[in-house]
Amino acid sequence: MAALKKEYHINKNDFIRAGEASIGVKNVLKSLDVDPSIIRRVAICGYEGEMNVVMHGGTGKLNIEINSTNIVLDISDNGPGMANTELAMERGYSTATDEYREMGFGAGMGLPNMEKNSDEFKIDSAVGKGTRIRMVFSLTHSKE
Amino acid sequence: MKLKEIIELLDGNLLTGKDQLDKSLNTGGASDLMSDILAGLSEKCVLLTGLTTVQTVRTAIIAGVGAIVFVRGKIPPTEVIDQARANEIPLLSTPYSMFVSCGRLYSKGITGLDGAQ
Repeated sequence: MAALKKEYHINKNDFIRAGEASIGVKNVLKSLDVDPSIIRRVAICGYEGEMNVVMHGGTGKLNIEINSTNIVLDISDNGPGMANTELAMERGYSTATDEYREMGFGAGMGLPNMEKNSDEFKIDSAVGKGTRIRMVFSLTHSKE
Repeated sequence: MKLKEIIELLDGNLLTGKDQLDKSLNTGGASDLMSDILAGLSEKCVLLTGLTTVQTVRTAIIAGVGAIVFVRGKIPPTEVIDQARANEIPLLSTPYSMFVSCGRLYSKGITGLDGAQ
């Protein structure tokens, strides 16, 4: 498979379009005949990450790179960043507002779910510097 | 269980998906929390929810949900129905509560997302 790169822009509070980048990624992977179970994991991680940017992150982008051995999903934003990423990774921990909770988000499951569904997961965040999450999905030996 | 049997059991009003009445749905999940659906084995399940936003359909597309049931007679906005139609996800609305809808499906053999009874 030839390497393919795509970039999608994500805007804070844009709930009308939130999720479209991940659906775009899902369709690209489908067209490349990637294993459906891997597509589902990538799409879930992309969507959770995209929603985090929409809810908390300011302006952000979702980059995907696909080569013959793996898929790399890189989601970054220029939002407020997090003081304690370990706390953010705890299941159930959330800083979502009531408005976001009413839309079905903010259960504190997003980041743990992204870690669970990816083969490699790395989060970098600092207050005032935004957040970047990089996830790798192996196309040769998958965890599921 | 086929979609048409689910519609019958729930006295459902089919909003889109007329061409998928024979679709098989054997597991079910009920939640208003989208991450619960994304975290579970929700592929090809029937999702029962009271949440009628466009994010419900997007979550269903991402997770591979087989059909969505809106409980307590809720009807989503037109653009939500359009998005489901474009992605071939059947939508139905039932007059029953979440609790009663789940009970009706469970009593006829629909299991939890992990197959639990």
